[in-house]
Amino acid sequence: MANQKEERHVISRRGFLKGMGTGAVATAILPELPSQSVEAEETTQEITEATITLHINGKDHKLTVEPRTTLLSALRDRLELTGTKQVCDRGTCGGCTVIVDGRTVYACMTLAIDMEGKNIRTIEGLAAGDELHPVQEAFIEKDALMCGFCTPGFVMSVAALLEGNPDPSLDEVKEGVSGNMCRCGTYPRVFEAALAAAQQMRGA
Amino acid sequence: MKNFEYFAPETTEEAIRLLDEHGEAAKPLAGGTDLLIFMRDQKITPDVIVDLKGINALSGIEELPDGSVQFGSLTPMQDLAVHPMMRERYPHFISSIREVGSIQVRNLATVGGNICNASPAADTPPTLLTLNAQVRLAGPRGERVIPLREFFVGPGQTALERDEVLTHVILPSPQPRSGGCYIKLANRQAMDIAFVGVSSYVVLDEDHTVVDARIALGAVAPTPLRVDAAETILQGQQLTKEVLSEAGEAAEAASRPITDHRASVEYRRMMVKVLTRRAVLRAAEKARNGNGR
Repeated sequence: MANQKEERHVISRRGFLKGMGTGAVATAILPELPSQSVEAEETTQEITEATITLHINGKDHKLTVEPRTTLLSALRDRLELTGTKQVCDRGTCGGCTVIVDGRTVYACMTLAIDMEGKNIRTIEGLAAGDELHPVQEAFIEKDALMCGFCTPGFVMSVAALLEGNPDPSLDEVKEGVSGNMCRCGTYPRVFEAALAAAQQMRGA
Repeated sequence: MKNFEYFAPETTEEAIRLLDEHGEAAKPLAGGTDLLIFMRDQKITPDVIVDLKGINALSGIEELPDGSVQFGSLTPMQDLAVHPMMRERYPHFISSIREVGSIQVRNLATVGGNICNASPAADTPPTLLTLNAQVRLAGPRGERVIPLREFFVGPGQTALERDEVLTHVILPSPQPRSGGCYIKLANRQAMDIAFVGVSSYVVLDEDHTVVDARIALGAVAPTPLRVDAAETILQGQQLTKEVLSEAGEAAEAASRPITDHRASVEYRRMMVKVLTRRAVLRAAEKARNGNGR
């Protein structure tokens, strides 16, 4: 791929340049001038894409993204992992919650290019084959959803909470999902499901 | 979002060189929880992003020989919030961090970013001001350490030069018999912005007389604000109702809030008075109990 070739040049030129969202001018001249620094790239808005590898749900995915591509867009638009929902797209609703290196983050607030080398988990990776994760089971059991659009985000937040705190209090559950919004207002059922899943997982 | 050129330097020196080289066109990226939203809304449209997250030297928490604590500006807020020494020494700073956004936000967001973004309503600066925090700035002309007080210039404006990086925050060691408190007034308990934030830090002597008092306000002036006038009133006093009221009034007088969709000038001023009293009283309780700065 042309992009890979370019990436090698850019990285050899400057060890600190990760990915290569360089301008079109840079794209044109870099292969010829690998040892030159690129000073004039601001003259254009045309930006090339970067080839990155994202480690998602245990698998490596190679894809080309623009520097501005968010992790959310990469997941949904490029990798067809549409379980992670786009709702507000501005870091306030929690619909795009994924787990990166064990911590929940909003995928809409992270750049895909910045996620190389990290362990990304999405709702698609929670079940083991046909066997649902205990949190997913508990959401079904406790009927913890109405329209269901916020559910993947809530499930990821609860799963991450229980990994760090296997026996949370109700208040800790509330805090654990405080970055997720449910416009149907199913919060009490979500809390019940989280506590039930915690119990189930402790007993298992 | 407008596209941009992306650099991920591994050293502060490289970051400074990139910022210097690209001038106005470049923006440093920390946690991204503010900057990426501004960029998405096209309020800021940098041509170059210098991502600081790959610089290991900007993360981590260490105790300095003089007993103060220095942490890297890029340390995620959540790392500070769960750090045993930070929780033990600076509990009201930790409680201020826990008022920021949500877990998902705090897992990404950094205190350095919160400071440099210079929102008048930010949650951590008032408490950092009460702790007499200093910030370490590195640039092409070398390094300087300035009190955080001198850092804030206006909404979104700071003493940071375009080619400088805020590398560390330094917190002096808390005094014995001290207590602190941060009160955030907002509609929701998470994912909300303060109408008013008041932080207090009080040191008492054995007779419960105030040896030192520090008060800082958020969301009621163009910058986070230390209120010297209110602090002077408390100095050397027992915390009677009258003294507390007087301090509350001094804080109210020092505040310069605006009316916006969150709250009116009148409401904010009134709440500054009430919450200043409350924050000082709670800090003093903790100082007396000797376990909750």
